[in-house]
Amino acid sequence: MKTEKKLSLYCWLFGVNFFISAFTFGGGYVVIPMIRKFFVQKKQLIREEEIMDMSAIAQSSPGAIAINLAVLAGYRVAGFVGAVISCVSAVLPPLIILSLISACYQIVRDNVVISAVLKGMEAGVAALIVDLVVDMCHMIIKDKDCFLTLLMPAAFLASFFFQVNVALIIGICVVLCVLNTWYKKRRKR
Amino acid sequence: MEVLIILLISFLQIGLFSIGGGYATIPLIQEQVVNLHSWLSIQEFTDIITISQMTPGPLAVNTSTFVGIRIAGILGAVVATFGCVFSGFVISLILYRFFDKYRSAETVLNILKGLKSCSVGLIAASASTILMIAFFGTSTLDVAAFQWNLFAIGIFVTALILLRKLHLNPILVMILSGVAGYFIYA
Repeated sequence: MKTEKKLSLYCWLFGVNFFISAFTFGGGYVVIPMIRKFFVQKKQLIREEEIMDMSAIAQSSPGAIAINLAVLAGYRVAGFVGAVISCVSAVLPPLIILSLISACYQIVRDNVVISAVLKGMEAGVAALIVDLVVDMCHMIIKDKDCFLTLLMPAAFLASFFFQVNVALIIGICVVLCVLNTWYKKRRKR
Repeated sequence: MEVLIILLISFLQIGLFSIGGGYATIPLIQEQVVNLHSWLSIQEFTDIITISQMTPGPLAVNTSTFVGIRIAGILGAVVATFGCVFSGFVISLILYRFFDKYRSAETVLNILKGLKSCSVGLIAASASTILMIAFFGTSTLDVAAFQWNLFAIGIFVTALILLRKLHLNPILVMILSGVAGYFIYA
């Protein structure tokens, strides 16, 4: 019975990650609301706050955020095997699709219907991410920590207006956090 | 065989140094694929970026598959893709275990909290870029170059209402906006 349960969990992981990956048009962040929908709201395998931890780690690690997040969700739910299954199933859709496209990419590039559908999806993707950002902002502001709340607009401004390298922003953020902890400790004494 | 090893090493580097994902990785991939190894011309590389916008999957994975299959067939695609996701796989798991283990240490917990806030800001920045491209057809803040796309704004508002008020499945929202795109633009 137990191995049976495990097997069905593995199959579910494979299916859900394959499905999510096949629909992540427009960048890795779209994966976060999808993972949240399936892992938190549908199956209750992961808690809401954990998704934010995972997103932060997935973003701070090298490589594609979508793949990293799939790996972490798989690991959290079914250990190392789960991580491998999630990784493979998240990579397969782009691997298959790009293999097909490389065979006939001139046709795809110039196809009117495909580009119309994708143009529509572009606006849908934007809505998906805005929805996510609003929820995440609420969760951070809820903690009523001035430093953490201000980090959000600071990172946004640095990235969007000043085009600072993301790795640099993450590095500075870590340094600021260490300094902030040190400062708080000193003040307590 | 030698080609496969060069592919693997090259995409391991791309995977390892592309922190932050998305369009920040473009110069890095270009350096390896176009400048260093001449696997693609700059025109082909620009085409891949366009195709990547239209297909699911991360840019790095899309490029690795495309380059790999050209250089060494399906096996090349698999090897290049493996190289590209390997570092992220290992390092994100290590970081996850690290944060899980030392959660009780104040500094570690604070770093994780800070990274969380930071990542919300970064996601918002990326969302703004996507919004700009969808609404105004440009990613720079040059108001004179804005080409207002009211259809895109309409799809955006409708999709946001479906998500926030009716709590519709995100994939369904994507499909609906694709259908709307077909009727409006085709």
